[in-house]
Amino acid sequence: MTTDKKEREGEMRVKKIENGVVIDHVNAGKAPAILKLLGIDSTFPGTVSIIMNIPSAKFGLKDIIKIEGKVMAEAEINKIALVSPHATVNIVKDYHVVKKHAVKLPEKLEGIIRCPNAICISNREGTPRLRVEQQSPLKVRCEYCERVFTEEQLA
Amino acid sequence: MWKGRDVITMREFTRKDMEEVLALSEKMEKISRGRGYDPILKGKILATLFFEPSTRTMFSFQTAMLRLGGTVIGTAEPKSTSAAKGETLWDMIKLVHECSDAIVMRHPNEGSARRAAESSDVPFINAGDGSNQHPTQALLDLYTIKQQKKKIDGLNVLLLGDLKYGRTVHSLAYALSQFEDVTITLHSPAQLRFPAWMYAELKESVKIREIPSMDLSQADVVYATRIQKERFADPTEYAQSAYVLDAEKIGTMKEDAIIMHPLPRVDEIATEVDADKRAKYFRQEANGIAVRMALLSLVMTGR
Repeated sequence: MTTDKKEREGEMRVKKIENGVVIDHVNAGKAPAILKLLGIDSTFPGTVSIIMNIPSAKFGLKDIIKIEGKVMAEAEINKIALVSPHATVNIVKDYHVVKKHAVKLPEKLEGIIRCPNAICISNREGTPRLRVEQQSPLKVRCEYCERVFTEEQLA
Repeated sequence: MWKGRDVITMREFTRKDMEEVLALSEKMEKISRGRGYDPILKGKILATLFFEPSTRTMFSFQTAMLRLGGTVIGTAEPKSTSAAKGETLWDMIKLVHECSDAIVMRHPNEGSARRAAESSDVPFINAGDGSNQHPTQALLDLYTIKQQKKKIDGLNVLLLGDLKYGRTVHSLAYALSQFEDVTITLHSPAQLRFPAWMYAELKESVKIREIPSMDLSQADVVYATRIQKERFADPTEYAQSAYVLDAEKIGTMKEDAIIMHPLPRVDEIATEVDADKRAKYFRQEANGIAVRMALLSLVMTGR
């Protein structure tokens, strides 16, 4: 079987969603980290499907996440780039993809993620403000406590 | 541009900035010792907010302000006031800046200095934010090094003790990284190593290295810091990590090297060392007044 065919088969492993988002081209193994980043846990009302380690023509292996009933604003979409810079987010309405977004990490992450430093003032009051200093490997600095974090520390 | 400037972190100080502070500090030294009087801050009010215990830094700032003719307001226990009622730091600073011409603050949360400075319309000076930075200590450390060694370029500075949580060593390392041909040597217990992200960042601009044993023989400046017992869950680990600079140990130091310590010390430096001509920590502490006078004058008047 060709990689393309395996990829299609992998994607079909979970049935199409009616309304929500399909996050594709997620770095293999990073799907759980993305759910954590989006704050999706057992309390989320919609059905969440994760398919991990699907053969991918572009990336070797990839993960896919399908979230029924999820609406995502641009800032939330771009947050995904923190753990999976090549991911795409497909907005699904009535079983059809109505919009495709490539995630893009903004230079400034204001109110998007929390500072991982537990004693940083931004975890007590105000809006967390972090700056992307380097895309690859990822280096993000908190503008308050000044600490620099790697991808592993942010996810 | 000094007037109105906030002093938050040594990461924002250029060599030129530091040299300007040191030059003015030298001019302030006489007055800082009570000889002469120059009321350039007459009519100005400094607010001091210490959310963590401090004797040395608070007294030093208060004296600096008074020596220049200014007035100090403050509460020794801001925790017992509005912060205890759940008021945010942001809101508290909004009140304090209305009552003062500059604010000095120490706070246990990292980044609190930036947050407070953003809320304040008057110049803000960080007197320690958690384990992050303590810039005025770094400036008085540099002043002492320059005063005692006549230069900063080319020196080998050995930092000892708690390099993980010690904000003074963090600020000093960034300050030193702006000078030429400086070597920063680090030695600490394994649990208290210098933060990896700072090490990686500093490596771009300065020679920085860790040494496995406490070798004092190469250093021009031995900068000792306190290892706090409360950093260790296991008291036996603390006992193994503790170190003492005594007469025998400093016997291996260069004749013209100096010993510094941000104080208070507990057991890191034996009192017998105080009489050694290389012991400069009390001088260092005294220098804090002149350096803080210079900074207060710069941020409030621009000169």
